[in-house]
Amino acid sequence: MQKIYLDYAATTPVDKRVLSEMTPYFGVKFGNSMSLHSFGRAAKIALEESRAVLAGFINADLNEIIFTGSATESNNLALKGVALKNKEKKHIIISSIEHPCIVESSEWLKKQGFEITKIPVDKYGTVDTEYVRRAITKKTILVSVIHASNEIGTIQPIEKIGKICREAGVYFHTDASQSFGKILIDVKKMNIDLLTASSHKIYGPKGAALLYIRKGIMVEPVLHGGGQENGLRGSTVNIPAVVGFARAVDIYKKEAKKENARLIKLRNNLIRKVLKIEDSHLNGHPEKRLPNNANFWFDFIEGESLIMQLDMEGIACSTGSACSSFKLEPSHVLMATGLRPEQAHGSLRVSLGRQTTEKEINQLIKLLPKIIKKIREISPYGK
Amino acid sequence: MVNKNKLNTCSSLYTPQVMKTFKNPHNYGKIKNADGIGKVGNIVCGDVMWLYIKVAKNRKDEEIIKDIKFETFGCVAAISTSSTITDLAKGKTIKEAMEIEKDDIVKKLGGLPSIKYHCSILAVDALIEAIYDYFTKKGNKIPIDLKLKHEKIQKAKDIIEKRYKKWKS
Repeated sequence: MQKIYLDYAATTPVDKRVLSEMTPYFGVKFGNSMSLHSFGRAAKIALEESRAVLAGFINADLNEIIFTGSATESNNLALKGVALKNKEKKHIIISSIEHPCIVESSEWLKKQGFEITKIPVDKYGTVDTEYVRRAITKKTILVSVIHASNEIGTIQPIEKIGKICREAGVYFHTDASQSFGKILIDVKKMNIDLLTASSHKIYGPKGAALLYIRKGIMVEPVLHGGGQENGLRGSTVNIPAVVGFARAVDIYKKEAKKENARLIKLRNNLIRKVLKIEDSHLNGHPEKRLPNNANFWFDFIEGESLIMQLDMEGIACSTGSACSSFKLEPSHVLMATGLRPEQAHGSLRVSLGRQTTEKEINQLIKLLPKIIKKIREISPYGK
Repeated sequence: MVNKNKLNTCSSLYTPQVMKTFKNPHNYGKIKNADGIGKVGNIVCGDVMWLYIKVAKNRKDEEIIKDIKFETFGCVAAISTSSTITDLAKGKTIKEAMEIEKDDIVKKLGGLPSIKYHCSILAVDALIEAIYDYFTKKGNKIPIDLKLKHEKIQKAKDIIEKRYKKWKS
Protein backbone atom coordinates (compact mmCIF):
# COMPACT_ATOMS: atom_id res chain seq x y z
CA MET A 1 0.00 0.00 0.00
CA GLN A 2 1.31 3.43 -0.99
CA LYS A 3 1.27 5.59 2.12
CA ILE A 4 -0.03 9.15 1.92
CA TYR A 5 1.36 11.72 4.34
CA LEU A 6 -0.97 14.67 4.95
CA ASP A 7 0.35 15.88 8.28
CA TYR A 8 2.99 18.41 7.18
CA ALA A 9 1.88 20.77 9.96
CA ALA A 10 3.17 18.19 12.45
CA THR A 11 6.53 17.82 10.75
CA THR A 12 8.07 17.56 7.30
CA PRO A 13 10.64 15.23 5.77
CA VAL A 14 14.14 16.65 5.43
CA ASP A 15 14.79 17.84 1.87
CA LYS A 16 17.61 15.90 0.19
CA ARG A 17 19.43 19.16 -0.65
CA VAL A 18 19.24 20.12 3.02
CA LEU A 19 20.57 16.77 4.14
CA SER A 20 23.56 16.88 1.79
CA GLU A 21 24.40 20.38 3.04
CA MET A 22 24.33 19.07 6.61
CA THR A 23 26.35 15.89 6.11
CA PRO A 24 29.90 17.33 6.35
CA TYR A 25 29.07 18.87 9.72
CA PHE A 26 28.63 15.48 11.35
CA GLY A 27 31.94 13.79 10.56
CA VAL A 28 34.31 16.27 8.91
CA LYS A 29 33.49 19.79 10.08
CA PHE A 30 32.30 18.53 13.44
CA GLY A 31 33.98 21.18 15.60
CA ASN A 32 32.51 23.03 18.55
CA SER A 33 31.73 26.58 17.48
CA MET A 34 33.20 27.89 20.76
CA SER A 35 36.63 26.29 20.17
CA LEU A 36 39.51 28.52 19.12
CA HIS A 37 41.24 26.08 16.76
CA SER A 38 40.56 25.54 13.07
CA PHE A 39 37.86 22.91 13.72
CA GLY A 40 36.01 25.36 15.96
CA ARG A 41 36.47 28.21 13.53
CA ALA A 42 34.99 26.18 10.66
CA ALA A 43 31.94 25.46 12.79
CA LYS A 44 31.69 29.11 13.86
CA ILE A 45 31.81 30.28 10.25
CA ALA A 46 29.02 27.84 9.31
CA LEU A 47 26.99 29.07 12.28
CA GLU A 48 27.36 32.74 11.38
CA GLU A 49 26.67 32.13 7.70
CA SER A 50 23.47 30.36 8.68
CA ARG A 51 22.55 33.20 10.98
CA ALA A 52 23.02 35.66 8.12
CA VAL A 53 20.68 33.68 5.87
CA LEU A 54 17.94 33.54 8.51
CA ALA A 55 18.35 37.16 9.60
CA GLY A 56 18.14 38.32 5.99
CA PHE A 57 15.04 36.26 5.39
CA ILE A 58 13.00 38.18 7.98
CA ASN A 59 14.80 41.53 7.59
CA ALA A 60 16.52 41.28 10.97
CA ASP A 61 20.08 42.16 11.97
CA LEU A 62 22.63 39.40 12.52
CA ASN A 63 22.84 39.76 16.29
CA GLU A 64 19.07 39.72 16.64
CA ILE A 65 18.86 35.97 15.87
CA ILE A 66 19.33 33.37 18.63
CA PHE A 67 19.44 29.69 17.71
CA THR A 68 17.61 27.26 19.97
CA GLY A 69 16.74 23.57 19.90
CA SER A 70 13.03 23.82 19.17
CA ALA A 71 10.15 26.24 18.68
CA THR A 72 8.96 25.20 22.13
CA GLU A 73 12.27 26.36 23.56
CA SER A 74 12.10 29.65 21.64
CA ASN A 75 8.59 30.29 22.91
CA ASN A 76 9.60 29.45 26.47
CA LEU A 77 12.55 31.82 26.21
CA ALA A 78 10.41 34.59 24.73
CA LEU A 79 7.71 34.46 27.38
CA LYS A 80 9.71 33.56 30.47
CA GLY A 81 12.81 35.49 29.41
CA VAL A 82 11.00 38.77 28.82
CA ALA A 83 8.67 38.36 31.83
CA LEU A 84 11.48 37.63 34.26
CA LYS A 85 13.48 40.64 33.05
CA ASN A 86 10.46 42.86 33.72
CA LYS A 87 9.31 41.50 37.06
CA GLU A 88 8.15 44.88 38.33
CA LYS A 89 5.32 44.75 35.82
CA LYS A 90 3.11 41.74 36.15
CA HIS A 91 0.94 41.35 33.09
CA ILE A 92 1.21 39.12 30.00
CA ILE A 93 -1.36 38.87 27.20
CA ILE A 94 -1.70 35.84 24.94
CA SER A 95 -4.38 34.76 22.48
CA SER A 96 -6.76 31.93 23.29
CA ILE A 97 -5.49 29.85 20.36
CA GLU A 98 -1.79 29.60 21.20
CA HIS A 99 0.27 26.44 20.90
CA PRO A 100 0.46 24.45 24.18
CA CYS A 101 4.06 25.62 24.78
CA ILE A 102 2.85 29.24 25.03
CA VAL A 103 -0.18 28.25 27.10
CA GLU A 104 1.92 26.16 29.49
CA SER A 105 4.66 28.79 29.75
CA SER A 106 2.06 31.39 30.68
CA GLU A 107 0.53 28.98 33.20
CA TRP A 108 3.96 28.62 34.77
CA LEU A 109 4.38 32.41 34.87
CA LYS A 110 1.00 32.65 36.56
CA LYS A 111 2.34 30.44 39.33
CA GLN A 112 5.25 32.87 39.68
CA GLY A 113 2.81 35.70 40.31
CA PHE A 114 2.24 37.09 36.82
CA GLU A 115 -1.23 37.90 35.54
CA ILE A 116 -2.32 36.38 32.25
CA THR A 117 -5.04 37.69 29.94
CA LYS A 118 -6.27 35.54 27.06
CA ILE A 119 -7.62 37.34 24.01
CA PRO A 120 -10.75 35.73 22.52
CA VAL A 121 -11.12 34.92 18.83
CA ASP A 122 -14.11 34.96 16.49
CA LYS A 123 -15.63 31.87 14.86
CA TYR A 124 -12.85 31.83 12.25
CA GLY A 125 -10.17 31.94 14.93
CA THR A 126 -9.16 35.56 14.23
CA VAL A 127 -7.91 37.61 17.18
CA ASP A 128 -9.94 40.71 18.02
CA THR A 129 -7.34 43.50 17.70
CA GLU A 130 -9.50 46.02 19.55
CA TYR A 131 -9.64 43.61 22.46
CA VAL A 132 -5.83 43.58 22.45
CA ARG A 133 -5.77 47.37 22.62
CA ARG A 134 -8.21 47.39 25.52
CA ALA A 135 -6.46 44.56 27.37
CA ILE A 136 -3.13 46.42 27.55
CA THR A 137 -2.60 48.14 30.89
CA LYS A 138 0.30 50.01 32.50
CA LYS A 139 1.42 46.69 33.94
CA THR A 140 1.54 44.86 30.59
CA ILE A 141 4.97 43.54 29.58
CA LEU A 142 4.30 41.45 26.52
CA VAL A 143 1.63 40.40 24.04
CA SER A 144 2.08 37.02 22.31
CA VAL A 145 -0.10 36.02 19.36
CA ILE A 146 0.53 33.06 17.07
CA HIS A 147 1.08 34.20 13.46
CA ALA A 148 -0.90 31.35 11.91
CA SER A 149 -2.72 28.67 13.83
CA ASN A 150 -1.09 25.23 13.78
CA GLU A 151 -4.54 23.67 13.97
CA ILE A 152 -6.99 25.69 11.93
CA GLY A 153 -4.49 27.64 9.81
CA THR A 154 -6.04 31.07 10.40
CA ILE A 155 -3.59 33.92 9.79
CA GLN A 156 -3.66 36.70 12.35
CA PRO A 157 -3.44 40.45 11.64
CA ILE A 158 -0.06 40.59 13.35
CA GLU A 159 1.11 43.79 11.68
CA LYS A 160 -1.87 45.57 13.23
CA ILE A 161 -1.39 43.90 16.62
CA GLY A 162 2.30 44.81 16.45
CA LYS A 163 1.41 48.41 15.78
CA ILE A 164 -0.96 48.54 18.74
CA CYS A 165 1.76 47.10 20.99
CA ARG A 166 4.45 49.43 19.66
CA GLU A 167 2.25 52.48 20.27
CA ALA A 168 1.48 51.29 23.78
CA GLY A 169 5.14 50.60 24.54
CA VAL A 170 4.52 46.89 25.05
CA TYR A 171 6.62 44.08 23.57
CA PHE A 172 5.05 41.92 20.87
CA HIS A 173 6.01 38.28 20.30
CA THR A 174 4.66 36.05 17.57
CA ASP A 175 5.01 32.29 17.22
CA ALA A 176 5.60 31.90 13.49
CA SER A 177 6.37 28.16 13.62
CA GLN A 178 3.72 27.37 11.03
CA SER A 179 3.86 30.51 8.90
CA PHE A 180 7.63 30.97 8.63
CA GLY A 181 8.64 30.24 5.05
CA LYS A 182 5.03 30.11 3.86
CA ILE A 183 4.17 33.76 4.44
CA LEU A 184 6.76 36.48 3.93
CA ILE A 185 7.79 38.02 7.21
CA ASP A 186 9.43 41.39 7.65
CA VAL A 187 9.98 41.97 11.35
CA LYS A 188 10.51 45.71 10.89
CA LYS A 189 7.46 46.32 8.73
CA MET A 190 5.29 44.05 10.89
CA ASN A 191 6.31 45.71 14.19
CA ILE A 192 7.54 42.43 15.65
CA ASP A 193 9.76 42.48 18.75
CA LEU A 194 10.23 38.75 19.18
CA LEU A 195 9.56 35.92 16.73
CA THR A 196 9.78 32.15 16.90
CA ALA A 197 10.51 30.03 13.83
CA SER A 198 11.28 26.35 13.40
CA SER A 199 13.33 24.27 10.97
CA HIS A 200 11.45 20.99 10.83
CA LYS A 201 8.24 22.57 9.56
CA ILE A 202 9.99 23.69 6.37
CA TYR A 203 11.85 20.52 5.31
CA GLY A 204 14.78 21.21 7.59
CA PRO A 205 15.94 18.89 10.38
CA LYS A 206 14.43 18.65 13.85
CA GLY A 207 16.53 20.18 16.62
CA ALA A 208 16.91 23.70 15.22
CA ALA A 209 14.76 26.77 15.74
CA LEU A 210 15.30 30.46 16.24
CA LEU A 211 14.16 33.34 18.35
CA TYR A 212 14.39 36.81 16.87
CA ILE A 213 14.90 39.39 19.61
CA ARG A 214 14.80 43.01 18.49
CA LYS A 215 17.89 44.99 19.42
CA GLY A 216 17.65 46.50 22.88
CA ILE A 217 15.18 44.01 24.35
CA MET A 218 16.55 42.37 27.46
CA VAL A 219 15.84 38.69 27.96
CA GLU A 220 16.64 36.51 30.96
CA PRO A 221 18.18 33.23 29.76
CA VAL A 222 16.40 29.97 30.53
CA LEU A 223 19.44 27.75 29.89
CA HIS A 224 22.52 28.98 31.73
CA GLY A 225 25.84 27.77 30.40
CA GLY A 226 28.97 28.57 28.44
CA GLY A 227 27.93 31.89 26.94
CA GLN A 228 26.74 30.65 23.56
CA GLU A 229 24.26 32.74 21.56
CA ASN A 230 25.16 36.03 23.28
CA GLY A 231 24.85 34.34 26.63
CA LEU A 232 21.16 33.83 26.06
CA ARG A 233 21.21 30.12 25.40
CA GLY A 234 23.85 27.95 27.00
CA SER A 235 24.38 24.73 25.01
CA THR A 236 26.79 23.55 22.36
CA VAL A 237 25.16 24.75 19.16
CA ASN A 238 23.76 21.99 16.96
CA ILE A 239 25.69 23.07 13.88
CA PRO A 240 24.43 20.42 11.42
CA ALA A 241 20.81 21.26 12.30
CA VAL A 242 21.41 25.02 12.08
CA VAL A 243 23.14 24.63 8.70
CA GLY A 244 20.19 22.53 7.53
CA PHE A 245 17.74 25.15 8.80
CA ALA A 246 19.47 27.86 6.76
CA ARG A 247 19.59 25.71 3.64
CA ALA A 248 15.87 24.91 4.04
CA VAL A 249 15.13 28.63 4.10
CA ASP A 250 17.32 29.18 1.05
CA ILE A 251 15.27 26.65 -0.88
CA TYR A 252 12.01 28.06 0.39
CA LYS A 253 12.95 31.56 -0.72
CA LYS A 254 13.22 30.35 -4.31
CA GLU A 255 10.27 27.97 -4.37
CA ALA A 256 7.65 29.27 -1.96
CA LYS A 257 5.65 31.40 -4.37
CA LYS A 258 5.09 28.69 -6.96
CA GLU A 259 4.63 26.02 -4.32
CA ASN A 260 2.06 28.03 -2.38
CA ALA A 261 -0.03 28.54 -5.51
CA ARG A 262 0.06 24.80 -6.19
CA LEU A 263 -0.92 23.93 -2.61
CA ILE A 264 -3.76 26.46 -2.49
CA LYS A 265 -5.26 24.94 -5.62
CA LEU A 266 -5.05 21.39 -4.24
CA ARG A 267 -6.29 22.49 -0.82
CA ASN A 268 -9.28 24.43 -2.17
CA ASN A 269 -10.34 21.46 -4.25
CA LEU A 270 -10.12 19.27 -1.15
CA ILE A 271 -12.24 21.66 0.90
CA ARG A 272 -14.85 21.95 -1.83
CA LYS A 273 -15.21 18.17 -2.15
CA VAL A 274 -15.11 17.34 1.56
CA LEU A 275 -17.82 19.88 2.36
CA LYS A 276 -20.14 17.88 0.11
CA ILE A 277 -20.18 15.17 2.79
CA GLU A 278 -23.33 15.43 4.85
CA ASP A 279 -22.96 17.32 8.15
CA SER A 280 -19.41 18.45 7.45
CA HIS A 281 -18.03 21.88 8.31
CA LEU A 282 -14.87 23.93 7.78
CA ASN A 283 -12.79 25.14 10.72
CA GLY A 284 -10.72 28.30 10.42
CA HIS A 285 -10.95 31.25 8.09
CA PRO A 286 -12.25 30.58 4.56
CA GLU A 287 -9.52 32.72 2.92
CA LYS A 288 -7.05 34.04 5.46
CA ARG A 289 -5.43 30.71 6.17
CA LEU A 290 -2.13 28.91 5.57
CA PRO A 291 -1.85 27.67 1.96
CA ASN A 292 -1.43 24.05 3.07
CA ASN A 293 -4.03 23.80 5.83
CA ALA A 294 -7.55 22.37 5.77
CA ASN A 295 -9.50 21.59 8.93
CA PHE A 296 -12.99 20.13 9.18
CA TRP A 297 -15.43 18.81 11.71
CA PHE A 298 -18.01 16.14 11.12
CA ASP A 299 -21.12 15.57 13.21
CA PHE A 300 -21.40 12.22 15.05
CA ILE A 301 -17.72 11.43 14.46
CA GLU A 302 -14.96 10.96 16.99
CA GLY A 303 -11.63 12.10 15.58
CA GLU A 304 -9.31 9.41 16.86
CA SER A 305 -11.44 6.73 15.24
CA LEU A 306 -11.41 8.72 12.03
CA ILE A 307 -7.62 9.14 12.11
CA MET A 308 -7.05 5.45 12.75
CA GLN A 309 -9.48 4.39 10.00
CA LEU A 310 -7.62 6.67 7.60
CA ASP A 311 -4.32 5.28 8.87
CA MET A 312 -5.45 1.76 8.08
CA GLU A 313 -5.91 2.99 4.51
CA GLY A 314 -2.41 4.45 4.59
CA ILE A 315 -3.42 8.10 5.00
CA ALA A 316 -1.84 10.15 7.81
CA CYS A 317 -3.79 13.16 9.18
CA SER A 318 -4.49 14.58 12.63
CA THR A 319 -7.36 15.60 14.93
CA GLY A 320 -8.21 17.86 17.85
CA SER A 321 -10.29 15.19 19.55
CA ALA A 322 -9.94 14.74 23.30
CA CYS A 323 -9.29 11.02 22.91
CA SER A 324 -6.16 11.71 20.92
CA SER A 325 -4.67 14.08 23.49
CA PHE A 326 -2.75 13.10 26.58
CA LYS A 327 -5.04 15.33 28.62
CA LEU A 328 -8.26 13.80 27.26
CA GLU A 329 -9.59 17.28 26.57
CA PRO A 330 -10.74 18.55 23.19
CA SER A 331 -8.59 21.12 21.39
CA HIS A 332 -8.66 24.49 23.17
CA VAL A 333 -8.22 26.16 19.76
CA LEU A 334 -11.43 24.69 18.35
CA MET A 335 -13.25 25.41 21.60
CA ALA A 336 -12.08 29.03 21.42
CA THR A 337 -13.75 29.36 18.01
CA GLY A 338 -17.04 28.45 19.70
CA LEU A 339 -17.28 24.74 18.94
CA ARG A 340 -18.91 22.48 21.50
CA PRO A 341 -16.75 19.65 22.84
CA GLU A 342 -18.53 16.99 20.78
CA GLN A 343 -17.94 19.05 17.65
CA ALA A 344 -14.27 19.50 18.46
CA HIS A 345 -14.02 15.71 18.96
CA GLY A 346 -15.03 15.28 15.33
CA SER A 347 -12.28 17.41 13.82
CA LEU A 348 -9.84 16.45 11.09
CA ARG A 349 -6.74 18.43 10.13
CA VAL A 350 -5.29 17.80 6.69
CA SER A 351 -1.99 19.59 6.01
CA LEU A 352 -0.40 19.39 2.57
CA GLY A 353 3.23 19.67 1.56
CA ARG A 354 5.87 19.42 -1.10
CA GLN A 355 5.29 15.75 -1.86
CA THR A 356 1.51 16.05 -1.97
CA THR A 357 0.01 15.23 -5.36
CA GLU A 358 -3.41 15.63 -6.88
CA LYS A 359 -3.70 11.86 -6.92
CA GLU A 360 -3.17 11.70 -3.17
CA ILE A 361 -5.82 14.33 -2.50
CA ASN A 362 -8.23 12.47 -4.78
CA GLN A 363 -7.58 9.28 -2.84
CA LEU A 364 -8.53 11.06 0.40
CA ILE A 365 -11.62 12.57 -1.23
CA LYS A 366 -12.62 9.10 -2.38
CA LEU A 367 -12.11 7.31 0.95
CA LEU A 368 -13.32 9.90 3.43
CA PRO A 369 -17.10 9.61 2.78
CA LYS A 370 -16.92 5.81 3.11
CA ILE A 371 -15.02 5.96 6.39
CA ILE A 372 -17.33 8.60 7.82
CA LYS A 373 -20.35 6.51 6.86
CA LYS A 374 -18.87 3.46 8.60
CA ILE A 375 -18.14 5.36 11.83
CA ARG A 376 -21.61 6.91 11.82
CA GLU A 377 -23.13 3.45 11.45
CA ILE A 378 -21.49 2.40 14.70
CA SER A 379 -22.42 5.64 16.48
CA PRO A 380 -25.73 5.94 18.37
CA TYR A 381 -26.13 9.43 16.91
CA GLY A 382 -25.62 8.50 13.28
CA LYS A 383 -28.40 8.05 10.80
CA MET B 1 18.61 -4.57 17.57
CA VAL B 2 16.06 -3.72 20.22
CA ASN B 3 13.36 -6.26 20.87
CA LYS B 4 10.26 -4.36 19.86
CA ASN B 5 8.07 -6.31 22.26
CA LYS B 6 10.08 -4.94 25.12
CA LEU B 7 9.78 -1.29 24.14
CA ASN B 8 7.79 0.83 26.52
CA THR B 9 5.12 1.79 24.03
CA CYS B 10 2.14 0.20 25.75
CA SER B 11 1.23 3.42 27.53
CA SER B 12 0.48 5.12 24.25
CA LEU B 13 0.07 2.55 21.49
CA TYR B 14 -2.74 0.14 20.75
CA THR B 15 -2.08 -3.61 20.62
CA PRO B 16 -2.61 -5.50 17.34
CA GLN B 17 -5.69 -7.14 18.88
CA VAL B 18 -7.21 -3.72 19.65
CA MET B 19 -6.60 -2.62 16.06
CA LYS B 20 -8.02 -5.85 14.68
CA THR B 21 -11.17 -5.46 16.77
CA PHE B 22 -11.48 -1.79 15.79
CA LYS B 23 -11.18 -2.66 12.13
CA ASN B 24 -13.88 -5.32 12.28
CA PRO B 25 -16.02 -4.77 15.34
CA HIS B 26 -18.56 -7.47 16.18
CA ASN B 27 -22.23 -7.00 17.00
CA TYR B 28 -22.73 -3.34 16.23
CA GLY B 29 -26.11 -1.83 15.51
CA LYS B 30 -29.49 -1.71 17.21
CA ILE B 31 -31.74 -4.48 18.53
CA LYS B 32 -35.36 -3.65 17.87
CA ASN B 33 -37.55 -4.42 20.88
CA ALA B 34 -34.51 -4.92 23.09
CA ASP B 35 -35.26 -6.27 26.58
CA GLY B 36 -32.73 -3.92 28.12
CA ILE B 37 -30.71 -0.90 27.01
CA GLY B 38 -27.67 0.47 28.84
CA LYS B 39 -26.62 4.02 27.98
CA VAL B 40 -23.38 5.25 29.46
CA GLY B 41 -20.74 7.90 28.81
CA ASN B 42 -21.04 11.54 27.92
CA ILE B 43 -20.61 13.03 24.48
CA VAL B 44 -18.86 16.02 25.97
CA CYS B 45 -16.05 13.70 27.10
CA GLY B 46 -16.06 11.99 23.75
CA ASP B 47 -17.29 8.50 24.66
CA VAL B 48 -20.88 7.31 24.48
CA MET B 49 -21.82 3.64 24.57
CA TRP B 50 -25.27 2.17 24.12
CA LEU B 51 -25.69 -1.54 24.73
CA TYR B 52 -28.82 -3.48 23.73
CA ILE B 53 -29.62 -6.95 25.13
CA LYS B 54 -32.19 -9.60 24.28
CA VAL B 55 -32.83 -12.11 27.08
CA ALA B 56 -34.04 -15.70 26.70
CA LYS B 57 -34.03 -18.90 28.76
CA ASN B 58 -31.66 -21.81 28.32
CA ARG B 59 -32.46 -25.50 28.83
CA LYS B 60 -31.78 -25.22 32.54
CA ASP B 61 -34.42 -22.47 32.63
CA GLU B 62 -31.75 -19.82 33.40
CA GLU B 63 -31.96 -16.38 31.86
CA ILE B 64 -29.23 -15.83 29.32
CA ILE B 65 -28.14 -13.00 27.07
CA LYS B 66 -29.38 -14.35 23.79
CA ASP B 67 -28.36 -11.37 21.71
CA ILE B 68 -26.34 -8.24 22.35
CA LYS B 69 -25.44 -5.24 20.21
CA PHE B 70 -23.70 -1.94 20.70
CA GLU B 71 -23.69 1.57 19.31
CA THR B 72 -20.68 3.65 20.26
CA PHE B 73 -19.48 7.17 19.63
CA GLY B 74 -15.85 7.16 20.62
CA CYS B 75 -12.23 6.38 20.04
CA VAL B 76 -10.50 3.19 18.94
CA ALA B 77 -10.46 1.93 22.52
CA ALA B 78 -14.15 2.65 23.08
CA ILE B 79 -15.16 0.78 19.93
CA SER B 80 -12.87 -2.18 20.66
CA THR B 81 -14.03 -2.56 24.25
CA SER B 82 -17.66 -2.32 23.09
CA SER B 83 -17.13 -5.11 20.60
CA THR B 84 -15.26 -7.21 23.17
CA ILE B 85 -17.94 -6.96 25.85
CA THR B 86 -20.55 -8.16 23.37
CA ASP B 87 -18.36 -11.17 22.58
CA LEU B 88 -17.82 -11.87 26.26
CA ALA B 89 -21.47 -11.51 27.27
CA LYS B 90 -23.20 -13.29 24.41
CA GLY B 91 -24.69 -16.62 25.53
CA LYS B 92 -23.78 -16.06 29.18
CA THR B 93 -26.33 -16.23 31.97
CA ILE B 94 -27.31 -12.89 33.47
CA LYS B 95 -25.43 -13.87 36.62
CA GLU B 96 -22.26 -14.66 34.66
CA ALA B 97 -22.58 -11.52 32.56
CA MET B 98 -22.73 -9.38 35.68
CA GLU B 99 -19.40 -10.80 36.77
CA ILE B 100 -17.49 -9.63 33.69
CA GLU B 101 -14.79 -7.24 34.79
CA LYS B 102 -12.77 -4.59 32.99
CA ASP B 103 -9.68 -6.76 33.28
CA ASP B 104 -11.41 -9.50 31.29
CA ILE B 105 -11.83 -7.02 28.44
CA VAL B 106 -8.31 -5.64 28.72
CA LYS B 107 -6.92 -9.20 28.73
CA LYS B 108 -8.91 -10.17 25.66
CA LEU B 109 -7.54 -7.12 23.85
CA GLY B 110 -3.95 -7.91 24.82
CA GLY B 111 -3.78 -4.70 26.86
CA LEU B 112 -4.94 -1.10 26.60
CA PRO B 113 -2.97 2.15 26.88
CA SER B 114 -3.27 3.22 30.51
CA ILE B 115 -4.95 6.47 29.51
CA LYS B 116 -7.69 4.40 27.83
CA TYR B 117 -8.53 2.10 30.75
CA HIS B 118 -11.70 4.06 31.39
CA CYS B 119 -13.08 2.72 28.09
CA SER B 120 -13.06 -0.82 29.48
CA ILE B 121 -14.90 0.42 32.58
CA LEU B 122 -17.42 2.12 30.31
CA ALA B 123 -18.13 -1.19 28.54
CA VAL B 124 -18.67 -3.05 31.83
CA ASP B 125 -20.94 -0.24 33.05
CA ALA B 126 -22.97 -0.33 29.83
CA LEU B 127 -23.69 -4.03 30.33
CA ILE B 128 -24.66 -3.53 33.99
CA GLU B 129 -26.99 -0.71 32.97
CA ALA B 130 -28.58 -2.86 30.23
CA ILE B 131 -29.21 -5.67 32.72
CA TYR B 132 -30.56 -3.20 35.28
CA ASP B 133 -32.87 -1.79 32.63
CA TYR B 134 -34.05 -5.32 31.84
CA PHE B 135 -34.87 -6.03 35.50
CA THR B 136 -36.67 -2.70 35.85
CA LYS B 137 -38.74 -3.13 32.71
CA LYS B 138 -39.74 -6.65 33.69
CA GLY B 139 -40.64 -5.54 37.20
CA ASN B 140 -38.37 -8.22 38.69
CA LYS B 141 -36.81 -7.80 42.07
CA ILE B 142 -33.43 -6.21 41.54
CA PRO B 143 -30.53 -8.13 43.12
CA ILE B 144 -28.69 -6.05 45.69
CA ASP B 145 -25.29 -6.22 43.96
CA LEU B 146 -26.87 -5.04 40.69
CA LYS B 147 -28.59 -2.20 42.51
CA LEU B 148 -25.33 -1.12 44.13
CA LYS B 149 -23.44 -1.21 40.86
CA HIS B 150 -26.18 0.80 39.15
CA GLU B 151 -26.13 3.44 41.88
CA LYS B 152 -22.37 3.76 41.62
CA ILE B 153 -22.58 4.29 37.83
CA GLN B 154 -25.33 6.89 38.22
CA LYS B 155 -23.34 8.73 40.85
CA ALA B 156 -20.30 8.94 38.57
CA LYS B 157 -22.56 10.11 35.75
CA ASP B 158 -23.96 12.92 37.90
CA ILE B 159 -20.46 14.12 38.75
CA ILE B 160 -19.45 14.26 35.09
CA GLU B 161 -22.67 16.01 34.09
CA LYS B 162 -22.15 18.60 36.79
CA ARG B 163 -18.60 19.16 35.54
CA TYR B 164 -19.79 19.76 31.99
CA LYS B 165 -22.95 21.63 32.95
CA LYS B 166 -22.15 24.63 30.81
CA TRP B 167 -22.17 22.45 27.72
CA LYS B 168 -25.60 20.94 28.36
CA SER B 169 -27.71 21.36 25.27
